[in-house]
Amino acid sequence: MKAFARLLERLAFTPGRNSKLTILSHYFGTTPDPDRGYALAALTGTLDLRQVSASVLKRLASDRVDEQLFRLSYDFVGDLAETIALIWPAGAATGSQAETGAGVSVAQAVNLLNGTGKLALSGVIADLLDRLSPPERLALLKLATGNLRVGVSARLTRSALAMGTQRRVEEIEEIWHGLSPPFQPLFDWLDGGPRPDPAPAPFRPVMLSTPVTPAELAPLDPRDFIAEWKWDGIRVQAVSEQGIRKLYSRTGEEIGAAFPDIIEAMTFDGAVDGELLVRRGDEIAPFSDLQKRLGRKQVSRVLLRSHPAALRLYDILTWQGEDLRPLPLAQRRARLEAAGIDSPRIDLSPLLPFDDWNALAQLRAAPPVPQIEGVMIKRRDAPYLAGRPRGPWFKWKQDPMLVDAVLLYAQSGHGKRSGFYSDFTFGLWDGADLVPVGKAYFGFTDEELRELDRFVRKNTVQRFGPVRQLAPKLVVEVAFEGLNPSPRHRSGIAMRFPRIARIRWDKPAAEADRLTSLKGML
Amino acid sequence: MTMRADEIVYPTEAGLYCAPGDFYIDPLRPVARALVTHGHADHARPGHGAVLATRQTLEIMAIRYGEEFTASRQIADGPIRIGQTTVSFHPAGHVLGSAQILIVPDKGPRILISGDYCRVPNPVCAPWEPVPCDILITEATFGLPIFRHPDPMAEARRLIASMAEFPDRPHLVGAYALGKAQRVIALARAAGHAAPIAIHGALKRLCDYHAEQGIDLGPLVAATEPATKPNPADHDTAQLVLAPPSAFASPWVQRFRDPVLCYASGWMTVRARARQRGIELPLVISDHVDWPQLTATIRELAPTEVWITHGAEDGLLRWCEIEGFAARPLRLIGYEDEPE
Repeated sequence: MKAFARLLERLAFTPGRNSKLTILSHYFGTTPDPDRGYALAALTGTLDLRQVSASVLKRLASDRVDEQLFRLSYDFVGDLAETIALIWPAGAATGSQAETGAGVSVAQAVNLLNGTGKLALSGVIADLLDRLSPPERLALLKLATGNLRVGVSARLTRSALAMGTQRRVEEIEEIWHGLSPPFQPLFDWLDGGPRPDPAPAPFRPVMLSTPVTPAELAPLDPRDFIAEWKWDGIRVQAVSEQGIRKLYSRTGEEIGAAFPDIIEAMTFDGAVDGELLVRRGDEIAPFSDLQKRLGRKQVSRVLLRSHPAALRLYDILTWQGEDLRPLPLAQRRARLEAAGIDSPRIDLSPLLPFDDWNALAQLRAAPPVPQIEGVMIKRRDAPYLAGRPRGPWFKWKQDPMLVDAVLLYAQSGHGKRSGFYSDFTFGLWDGADLVPVGKAYFGFTDEELRELDRFVRKNTVQRFGPVRQLAPKLVVEVAFEGLNPSPRHRSGIAMRFPRIARIRWDKPAAEADRLTSLKGML
Repeated sequence: MTMRADEIVYPTEAGLYCAPGDFYIDPLRPVARALVTHGHADHARPGHGAVLATRQTLEIMAIRYGEEFTASRQIADGPIRIGQTTVSFHPAGHVLGSAQILIVPDKGPRILISGDYCRVPNPVCAPWEPVPCDILITEATFGLPIFRHPDPMAEARRLIASMAEFPDRPHLVGAYALGKAQRVIALARAAGHAAPIAIHGALKRLCDYHAEQGIDLGPLVAATEPATKPNPADHDTAQLVLAPPSAFASPWVQRFRDPVLCYASGWMTVRARARQRGIELPLVISDHVDWPQLTATIRELAPTEVWITHGAEDGLLRWCEIEGFAARPLRLIGYEDEPE
């Protein structure tokens, strides 16, 4: 448990992706089975434990600690699990045993949490807490409450697994859904053993595109390519094989539970690739409508009716047992059209007619509906390749929306940006006030970062802990990909993917844009 | 006639005052006669008429404020008569030169002012000693049961392990210039880090002073060259760098490429504190008593009354109530909550 606790603590404080990979990779490389397997399960959300509620935890603590001291401590710490981990009185085993970590393994803790009935659970947790050191207690409580909060995705964790082995993360993803904790066959395979069999209806690693500019397109022959709209939904892989139906996100997470309407419509036998959207009749709904359907364990009838999901397909990977991925795209497209998958909830993304890049540019400039982010350009002769190869697939996105905003607050960055004020909050005019509308922490060059840092230091009017409030005088051009209404933001709007496109040293703050003009873009 | 304890020592605007001796303890503003427990800036201030403190505290004050920091000074050595009291200084285990001050009035109870203190052995200062007393005036910086400082050597080993895991990333440890910085260096040495350690310019004089006092800190190099070279990582060969925490908010940090920001403090127990400061490796290394030490001290000295100067007094007051110790807060202000 000690190594696992240390892992969680390190991950929670480490902002850099590469550093997280290093930490994870070291952990998997040095931790014995089956503990590393249970840790892998916890990090990838595949550990299905009975969850302990906050009220159970509070009761546990009140049995051991004076209520007033607990309340004072909780006020100070601000996090229930952390307060309990810190305040829990030293148990029998805290001395040398807790120091060496010989106390409780992750596997033992998981098995105890798993094999205990609801009534006996709090007693078991109390007993475990007695046997652990404070960092281990926090790790245990995070396991028990089902929320690690260490800023690590399942995909990042699998990428770390692949590091230092002969396997690529895509290969792990292919067999992932046939595996379960503590993943012994997976670790054996990574160490050179036999490949575990994938489960029925497995995820196939997806093919991704790279951005392209008109200048890069110019030398290419348009006849070698097809084009489609780039829909503003989420990329999914729908697999229906041997009677098993699965809907995967592009990183291989199963999301079928949130989309029973799609699962029901998957009456074919094969694996297809497309965009998941919310569609009412023929009308594609904004991305924010799709967000309401995401991340749910189950979905209500009301929501199914008000936010009906749909698939818009553009590729086919397998069909009735045949792997079509080695075929060129033109042939796959023909097979997709011939498959007759169309149904009320599933249709095909149409091909765009164009003779030259200019014609495509005109289509891109005037999409028929707003839920289009640009165009996809794909080589006719390219097979379906896992990963992001440069060349066969391009995305040519809409030009971003732009707004001139005033920098209001700054906070320093992490890792490579330590010591630089690099995280900015910006705002727009609403009457005589500046209302914060978003945050951006990239888009500028290293040289611009140094200039912004100097500006922040010279123009700080007030400090709130690590945050500096700035004199409202620097205008930045903020580029973003779209807007969603958001009741959680004071401005009522949330920007998608905002970044600082240009610093307008020349522009007076009074001439920055108004909130009303941003709302007009909604 | 015997004086009541609260007639002998009581808080005033200038700080804690002892009437029968006519002196202040760690006064916040210039006074005629000051007794100073230790050299941290919020306890040891310049401009008094006379300062009585340990030799090392006086020397540290002279380093910080110049030789003219007081009109006259006296080294605390053995019992000293002041007015109608006898005072003596006893090691507090907090930082080099730190002391507890015992006031024995001619008539009345023995009053011990703990100052800031720590009971975990610290290679850079003399260990805390128990001093029997009737009134214990204690700090309560970490006066909540969540504060149980781990073994400082284990924290040093975590630092060393991180440097091994990220050999290309400099590790910048935020540590106060007096005491904490030297302790972190000594701990790193004890954990096997023999390579030169780079120190921020603000730490130099006090590190030199510790070395003069016979505390071996090993090879130290300056980490102060301006970042003018194209590759800022080139001129800082030491992987372990110490700086006062305030330096993390200054452009000084910018010369290090992809540093791991670390912070050595008892506050690092609480994750939100580390997150607020953008710390990647929090190290719980404290020069104050934690909750078990604080409560153990009260139990062992068993004073008739506990007075609490500053810190998380509500937690300690509650504990005293449960345990049956008479206690009251002095609510002294001016001693920073943060320095640690």
